[in-house]
Amino acid sequence: MTSHENGNGTGTTSLFRAGASAPRGGRFALFEPPPVDAVAVEERAAALAKRSIKKATKVAGLKLAISMMDLTTLEGKDTPGKVRQLCQKALRPLDSDGSIGPCAAICVYPNLVPVAKEVLRGSSVKVASVATAFPSGQSPLAVKLDDTRRAVDLGADEIDMVIDRGAMLVGDYGKVFDEIAATKEACGPAHLKVILETGELGSYDIVRKASEIAIAAGGDFIKTSTGKIQPAATPPVTLVMLEAIRDHYYATGRRIGMKPAGGVRTAKQALHYLVIVKETLGDAWLTPDLFRFGASALLNDVLMQLEKERTGNYQASEDFSKD
Amino acid sequence: MVEKKRTETATANAEAPARSSGDAPLAKTWTTQKARVSVAKAYKMFVGGAFVRSESGRYFQVQGARGSDADPDPETVNVPRGSRKDVRDAVLVAKNALGGWEKRTAFNRGQILYRLAEVMESRRPELVQSLVRSGLAEVAAAAEVDASIDRAVFYAGFSDKYFSLLASSNPVAGPHFNFSVPESMGVIGVVAPERPSLLGLVSTVLPVVTGGNTCVAIASAADPRTAIVWSECVATSDMPGGVINVITGHAKELSPHLAKHREVIGIDAWIVDADLRRTVESEGADNVKRVKTHVPMDAEGWLDERTGQGLGWIERFLETKTVWHPVGV
Repeated sequence: MTSHENGNGTGTTSLFRAGASAPRGGRFALFEPPPVDAVAVEERAAALAKRSIKKATKVAGLKLAISMMDLTTLEGKDTPGKVRQLCQKALRPLDSDGSIGPCAAICVYPNLVPVAKEVLRGSSVKVASVATAFPSGQSPLAVKLDDTRRAVDLGADEIDMVIDRGAMLVGDYGKVFDEIAATKEACGPAHLKVILETGELGSYDIVRKASEIAIAAGGDFIKTSTGKIQPAATPPVTLVMLEAIRDHYYATGRRIGMKPAGGVRTAKQALHYLVIVKETLGDAWLTPDLFRFGASALLNDVLMQLEKERTGNYQASEDFSKD
Repeated sequence: MVEKKRTETATANAEAPARSSGDAPLAKTWTTQKARVSVAKAYKMFVGGAFVRSESGRYFQVQGARGSDADPDPETVNVPRGSRKDVRDAVLVAKNALGGWEKRTAFNRGQILYRLAEVMESRRPELVQSLVRSGLAEVAAAAEVDASIDRAVFYAGFSDKYFSLLASSNPVAGPHFNFSVPESMGVIGVVAPERPSLLGLVSTVLPVVTGGNTCVAIASAADPRTAIVWSECVATSDMPGGVINVITGHAKELSPHLAKHREVIGIDAWIVDADLRRTVESEGADNVKRVKTHVPMDAEGWLDERTGQGLGWIERFLETKTVWHPVGV
């Protein structure tokens, strides 16, 4: 596990957690994040997506996007063969051009972590594993923590956990907080990404609140979605979460990462997300340590656009490897 | 409040019969007022089952004769001038429509093509009017529309027959059955001839889609309006969105992009300009497209059933798959 430079090591104590003697979740009954102006957020996200990015800037942006990609396969039919193939793709996305890539990480189910670990040994590509009864999170805490510990023992560098959306919606914020904090402890040296599953939360206000809880409870990254629910990542919801990250940074100086996942399919969308990040958080966040795309279909579209820039011809999807 | 509204409605209804049963004869009552502003159509390209403007925002102008005083179209109309990006978007849409279209049964594709003929028949006056606007004599326009409708019926009928005519069981020296079967190719680009604007488009596009391909067609720049009116027939004929896409604009600008696009697997270009034909041929070589370039036929050639339609037209954009199967015990 390499150390990340954003000061999120496990030894660091979040200001929110320092000296908490009462049950940690209790304070959130009083804690009220600022309300979110839904119309303004959607307008701003739409306005930022209108920027046109061309030529050399586009190529640089797309290469950056590839370096931020968590190539993901989370299906019941995943096999070691498919995961190995995906790992090869992460190491060298385009066989004809070694200068492109590698991706940031591979995201798989715990059972497939050792397979990915073996292929990726010695490379910069990390192995992320979903845990905590993904994707629903509707299991006892002990099961979720065991799931997490086992994934770490199997070699996961990063853990993508899901919050208990049911608890979030009934207002049991203490439970949500405590589960995240306990999972963070169970992670040990592994990085923790907290999946809010925004598509199930219902409003931007709840997304904002969930973001703040996840950050305060010790999440290193907050992530929009599991990819199993529609809508998944959208620009406005990402903007709301980025603003939570920004406000936390202003308050504490601690940098939290962001991962939109699911629904980012085209190179153009990826560039728009990068614009939103830059405009909300600045250049410091334009690094794989602090921003990731959770995607599977996105990579091929980005590669097609890069090849189009290189050759001048629009590409055929058949010419790029699936999986 | 509700009560009040109801009363108002009742009063309005009560007045109406009084007016028509008055002294004025019915015909006079229903004569259009002179001051009425007629509604002119905003011509748009047909992509993915929807009518769209060019993403570039560009237009080109088409001059035309007005059919009559009642013709809502002015003498000069704006038609979208498609761009490279419009071509790309259309190709993407056609690619996405391919799976659904080629998986339909041949019989169902034939039904849809026949439905297209039905809709063209019901819109016959509109198609004729559009051709007259582009400068054709009424008689010639009518003949072109008739031939176009008949062509749709021709391909509708051929849809579930070409397979048996083109497939074969081949004799081979060995204990194998050997079959050759035709399969659709993918997204085909069509550069329709300038004239005849309707029959040329129908005759080039329909055989392509009959074979299970989807297509992106560049309509005649001399008369793009008729291509758009025909697209309205396609839009209301059960044809799934994206199977037939019609881009308006200049063939000189658009056809090289269509030829260059690697997702386009074949191109059928009817172009007068020899240099442009050569460009299309060389640009199409990049992904070894099936490139068919032609000097356009004259009107008689298109109207003639022996030269303007046929099994060969469908066959041009089919791939043949040959299967060897061991003979059983």
